Amino acid sequence: MKFANYETADFYDEMFVSDSTPRPGARLLKERIESLPDRELFARQAAAESLLLQNGITFNVYNDSAATEKIFPFDVIPRIVEAAEWDWIEKGLKQRVYALNLFIDDIYHQQKIVKDKVVPEYLIQSARSFRKECIGLNPPQQVWCHITGTDLVRDRDGQIYVLEDNLRCPSGVSYVLENRRIMKRTFPQVFEASHVRPVDEYPSRLLSTLQSLFPAAMDSPKVAVLTPGIYNSAYYEHSFLAQQMGVELVEGRDLVAVNDRIMMRTTKGFEPVDVLYRRIDDDFLDPQVFRSDSLLGVPGLMEIYKKGRVALANAPGTGIADDKSIYAYVPKIIEYYLGEKIIIPNVPTHICAEPEELSYVVANLDKLVVKAVNESGGYGMLVGPHSTAEERSEFARRIQENPRNYIAQPTLGLSRVPVISDGRVVGRHVDLRPYVLYGSDIYVLPGGLTRVALKAGSLVVNSSQGGGSKDTWVLQA
Amino acid sequence: MLSRVANSIYWLSRYMERADNVARFIDVNLQMMLDLPSQSQEQWQPLVNISGDDGAFSANYSVASRDNVIKFLAFARENANSIVSCLRAARENARTIRESISPEMWEQVNSCYLMVNAAVPSSELLRSPSSFFSEVKKASQLFHGITDATLLHGEEWHFYRMGRLLERADKTSRLLDVKYFMLLPSVADVGTPLDDIQWAAVLRSASALEMYRKRHGHIAPERIIDFLVLDHEFPRSIHYCLTAANDSLHAISGTPAGIFRNAAEQRLGQLRAELAYTDTDEIVARGLHEFLDAFQTKLNLVDQGIFDTFFALRPVGSAAPDRVGQ
Repeated sequence: MKFANYETADFYDEMFVSDSTPRPGARLLKERIESLPDRELFARQAAAESLLLQNGITFNVYNDSAATEKIFPFDVIPRIVEAAEWDWIEKGLKQRVYALNLFIDDIYHQQKIVKDKVVPEYLIQSARSFRKECIGLNPPQQVWCHITGTDLVRDRDGQIYVLEDNLRCPSGVSYVLENRRIMKRTFPQVFEASHVRPVDEYPSRLLSTLQSLFPAAMDSPKVAVLTPGIYNSAYYEHSFLAQQMGVELVEGRDLVAVNDRIMMRTTKGFEPVDVLYRRIDDDFLDPQVFRSDSLLGVPGLMEIYKKGRVALANAPGTGIADDKSIYAYVPKIIEYYLGEKIIIPNVPTHICAEPEELSYVVANLDKLVVKAVNESGGYGMLVGPHSTAEERSEFARRIQENPRNYIAQPTLGLSRVPVISDGRVVGRHVDLRPYVLYGSDIYVLPGGLTRVALKAGSLVVNSSQGGGSKDTWVLQA
Repeated sequence: MLSRVANSIYWLSRYMERADNVARFIDVNLQMMLDLPSQSQEQWQPLVNISGDDGAFSANYSVASRDNVIKFLAFARENANSIVSCLRAARENARTIRESISPEMWEQVNSCYLMVNAAVPSSELLRSPSSFFSEVKKASQLFHGITDATLLHGEEWHFYRMGRLLERADKTSRLLDVKYFMLLPSVADVGTPLDDIQWAAVLRSASALEMYRKRHGHIAPERIIDFLVLDHEFPRSIHYCLTAANDSLHAISGTPAGIFRNAAEQRLGQLRAELAYTDTDEIVARGLHEFLDAFQTKLNLVDQGIFDTFFALRPVGSAAPDRVGQ
């Protein structure tokens, strides 16, 4: 029996209530897997991995000269989200993204929320992701964050929290679509009749969202995905999304500013582009405005953007809303703009920039998770309970040197899922990153990317830190 | 389409075709060696000569032995034109334009690369490499079939086809040159069965033997030159390749046939006309090797013209380097 020796330990398990009893939504899945001939589950796992390699579904790891291209490990046992829980998540995400967008728009206009002393002024002024170049900008329909990826986690008691917001260039959605495709190819017998909500419409939703951005009423604005190039860790995704939307994938060197338009260099001369889904950071967008040493962007882009002659998704400046110390204020932000209570709660967060919190954090490093406010991808973080005394004193030094750069949160006992490892099924910690599109309305892709920490006991799920992924099944109501 | 994408499709196609042809070179030599009288020395230096990479070879190997030459042409990473290097370059180009090609094309390039990359030049493989080379040839042909069946037959396909055919024209000329460099044991052997066997090996490595027989029957050097250089219907003949590449070039630019508007059209048109209005007597009178050598130089100029016309990043404000000609 595949799950015979499976242990949920003292964590919340996404598939099982206890060691042998599945959750109601997972009953069918468990039955199907159990009914497979012996070894079949492991054979399917191997087939999925070889399919990933053949399809070249890979990512690049920075600072790793030995093997720069890796497959993103995939586990064939899907993660199930039941319909009622998903509906609640969807509502919560819509609320959050709607409010964060109002916040960004406010910050680059009157800053009412600061004047009303809901968010402290110093946090905005000192945020590296605050772009004064964006003050007074009016993106189409006042929407700034068109594509958001929000990380959700579940604690030991079953409560789901928002762990962080990603409003710049969230990546991973290509794996959601590829995982589903691989799942259907390698595991059709488990997939059948499970009533899983489809994810295939994402590319066309994304395209519509992007097309809705071009201010001048046009039948079909020319859309392109702007990538830093093949050495970027998410290059595969950039090319995948461009391909699925049927639009050009461009690099900075393909573009040039001519007569107030952004032009692509083509075999027939210059051709204008109207909407750029840019997958490069603000810093690198335009060397005339942001980092002057950037070779990735397009000189003159911002000026043309300000004139409304090209649209950018996401708008420059959205990073202010995913600064990890601003995150701590999201419940207040939601209340301020919407007059509503936050639906999906935040993880309690200590802002090291505030003196009394700083001393608490430094004194309790062994219990806390510390994160740099501007980092992502699992870089620049300390997981207290898994750290050495040496690492803790190093972090204490770094935090005291630059408190504004750090926040700390209690270490959660992240929920777990069954994962195939060395021919056995074992429990590993997971999170979930759903994707939210904001164009003429707000759309949440059912499910999202389930990331698994493949190392036993590890709480870090990022692909750059040895994480893998699973297909996420949101069940039909 | 984007200049960068056009450039990558063109080179993706060239590298896939090149890998196929390098496999053919080695194969023709292996076949010729098998038929040499038992006391004669094996000849592998000619292969290095025609590859055009003699410098890189002598920098890494002291003698042109069978193993060294096969390693160099098939597996060496330090040789930019080895089979492994070609397939890696093809894959890198494909990787930068995955969004523009069909997923099936990408999967084929990728699995072809993975197959070759995993092959270790073990002594066993070097002893009987034929099946490896036929895998490479098949993989390349499968790629071309997939491309024809899945890529939009628009501008991208024409760049792809132009790349494949120009590469093939160049390689057919080099394949013929193998025979030029291949010394017969003595002058008296010219026109003997041994000579015929070598010519047949050239034809076979161009997948041309049976089609040649249908067209001309007996092995005769002049007719083989006619078949591989000037034939109108054989898809690996130089003339055929240039004609079809020229069609694609004009399909891309929209320039009517018979006139030119840029350097690429001018040079390819001239070269094609030269072949269309010559015959084997002229080629032989001039010397086959000299003819092929001059042809390769002119073909490089065509490639340069294509780069300048379509791929080069032009500064803002300057129009495409068009020239209207008649």
